[in-house]
Amino acid sequence: MSTTPTHPAQPAPSGGTRLDPWFGAYAERAHGMRASEIRALFAVANRPEVVSLAGGMPYLEGLPLDTIADAMQRLVATRGTTALQYGSGQGAEELRERIIDIVRLEGIDCHPDDVVVTTGSQQALDLVTRIFIDPGDVVVAEAPSYVGALGVFRSYQADIVHVPLDEHGLVPEALEETLTRLAAEGRRVKLLYTVPNFHNPAGVTMSLERRPRILEIAQRFGVLVIEDNPYGLLGFDGDPLPALRSLDDDGVLYLGSFSKTFAPGYRVGWVVAPHAVREKLVLASESAILCPSNASQLAIATYLETCDWQGQIKQFRELYRERRDAMIGALSEHLPSASWTVPDGGFYTWVKLPDGLDARSMLPRAVTARVAYVPGTAFYADGSGADHVRLSYCFPTPERIREGVRRFAGVVSAERDLVEIFGTSGAPDSDLTDVENPGPNLA
Amino acid sequence: MSTTPAHTSTLQNVERTKTVGTAAENAILAEDVVEPDAATTAGSVADSSLPEVQRVVILAGGLSHERDVSLRSGRRVAESLRGAGLDVTVLDVDASLLSTLAAERPEVVWPLLHGASGEDGSVRDVIELLGLDYVGTGPRASRGAWNKAIAKNVVLAAGIDTPDYVTLPQSLFRELGAQPVLDAVVGRLGLPLVVKPNQGGSALGVTLVTRAEDLPRAMVDCFSYGDLALIEKAVQGVEVAVSVVDGTDGPRALPAVEIETDGPYDYDARYNPGRTSYFTPARLTSAVAARVAQTAVDAHVALGLRGLSRSDLIVDSEGVPHFLEVNVAPGMTETSLFPQAAQAAGLDLGDLYRQIVSQSVGSPARAATA
Repeated sequence: MSTTPTHPAQPAPSGGTRLDPWFGAYAERAHGMRASEIRALFAVANRPEVVSLAGGMPYLEGLPLDTIADAMQRLVATRGTTALQYGSGQGAEELRERIIDIVRLEGIDCHPDDVVVTTGSQQALDLVTRIFIDPGDVVVAEAPSYVGALGVFRSYQADIVHVPLDEHGLVPEALEETLTRLAAEGRRVKLLYTVPNFHNPAGVTMSLERRPRILEIAQRFGVLVIEDNPYGLLGFDGDPLPALRSLDDDGVLYLGSFSKTFAPGYRVGWVVAPHAVREKLVLASESAILCPSNASQLAIATYLETCDWQGQIKQFRELYRERRDAMIGALSEHLPSASWTVPDGGFYTWVKLPDGLDARSMLPRAVTARVAYVPGTAFYADGSGADHVRLSYCFPTPERIREGVRRFAGVVSAERDLVEIFGTSGAPDSDLTDVENPGPNLA
Repeated sequence: MSTTPAHTSTLQNVERTKTVGTAAENAILAEDVVEPDAATTAGSVADSSLPEVQRVVILAGGLSHERDVSLRSGRRVAESLRGAGLDVTVLDVDASLLSTLAAERPEVVWPLLHGASGEDGSVRDVIELLGLDYVGTGPRASRGAWNKAIAKNVVLAAGIDTPDYVTLPQSLFRELGAQPVLDAVVGRLGLPLVVKPNQGGSALGVTLVTRAEDLPRAMVDCFSYGDLALIEKAVQGVEVAVSVVDGTDGPRALPAVEIETDGPYDYDARYNPGRTSYFTPARLTSAVAARVAQTAVDAHVALGLRGLSRSDLIVDSEGVPHFLEVNVAPGMTETSLFPQAAQAAGLDLGDLYRQIVSQSVGSPARAATA
């Protein structure tokens, strides 16, 4: 057998070995996948000594695990041969019927046929991008934007263009200006990606007044809107806001998820899509995974049928509200030199660091101080965001949140000293366009 | 079992055979240096005279910046030792560790902790308190090796070259002002410089500085990892890592691994397989290779290291090795240098690790304490 590879792998210089003989064979879309110093630092984030304000993990101890265990036991005992079998590519009909009831809470009127069940809404993002994006197509996303979505867009070689948001969400004027500019440059803008409610990471919500304006602009420029809404039911005050999809049936793909309102371990999300798009999504999903997990879908359908899921969500809202208050209170007390958003729901607040600090170069110090956060750069495709961090309050108890913020404030203060001494922040990475994807439990 | 495709394994095997051949051709190695075939023989001979160890606990993880690397090292070594028939438990360092160790009473503990507490000797202190045998260097020598400045001073006194350097605490820059101090550093050491935390590994917080104006950023990056910075002259040359293993007749160097990257040998280059090319043995003349091996063994001895170590050296154009730093718990991941060197020497990792474990029974440091 010949040792000369016939594939395009790049052999090591004569006499040397590369530990990966396929180096050089990888597709262009894999080139951003690097071993990251920052990602490695997150390895300590899940240790109990560390207060992790990094992860977006829901507080599952709030679930009635005994009741769920009974329901799961019954499911496998009575319908095991269905639950453990392959299922439909579009997703189990009985779950899709339930999803209709859930999205109705946000004013969406649709049919079970309009729903495609996916392996978490992360897979929905992947499928949508796969069927719409050619390399070089533009995806417009908020600045900042969900790290997991940016990773998907990059992996399909989209050009990501950010549009600013403020305390009322995506800024319509800025969107219009950007789309006008991109059109003038002759670039193909395919998608507008937005998290309208309790934004990840910014913590803000798109105002009701802006929603139709955003849709009108997108329609005028022929851009399909991806409405990613995992947190919509986790608002702290009042009823859920009407979804963008409730205002526009054809121009919006709505992505929903059970990960934040129930349990991410099942990996079940969904898309509500217009007919033609949905057909393509189903085919794309079948080619990727054949079908979403039947066991997970039927487990969730059973949960929705036998447990008081709305009451559970109400409990979660109270729990997360208390934690939000703990975090905002602690920030006011310990970190007056920073500023932050006050979310009305969801899991995150977006903190602007005092001038001159770099959230990435500060991370090792935070690890030493036993507190973790996600540097703002993770939420931009263009290397900006180093002056921000995302803090999550969903998982630690209020007491731990206060302790975490106290430690974080100490880190900020020590880093400020350092920056003051040297008149510059650190330079942690040469390539500022790397998406520092922090891994599933932190996304 | 590795997930490498079969044909890749073939490739590697061919590569390995070739490597061993080359090493044999170069067989000029100094007395203490392992010549591959002899090493294998020595290993098996040593085995029969060493105590049979069955139960080993590997410590991996911890709270250091290198937790991730440590976990991977721990898994790899555990796998190899299990393959060699040992009963291996991998434990993280947490509040339950001591009670678990006290209950399990393993014959040998192998601390595969990288970074603080793992390499600075403190965990080793505690293992000694429990009266357990462990792999590797004792606490005091670990502390010396972990402190790069101390290690450099010790090897310098032993006649080994090491780049001129200065260590500076963060507080000094506050007192004297950053720019005057940095100007003095550049004035004395020149450029290029390497800035690194005085304690730490995996190239975390390390920057190669070629322009004076980049120095402040490098300092900030470094001080994020620790309060003491080591700034040293960047020596141009071939970067090699030399692993040293204690045998029954003293420490021996494994073939030097030469590292060639398309950029700095930073975190990504270390742990992203493929970005780096390794040459084992290093592309050095036989005389220089012997000198490099001897240097690593001398450093190992001078620093009082035990069991195993890995020295990172730069070989300049004159063939002179310059000591950069030493690791008392060298990385053992799938991309790490120690296992590569062992494999290039024709050693089976399971056999080698078992031998290292067996030799740790009745470790001298414990005898001294007891």
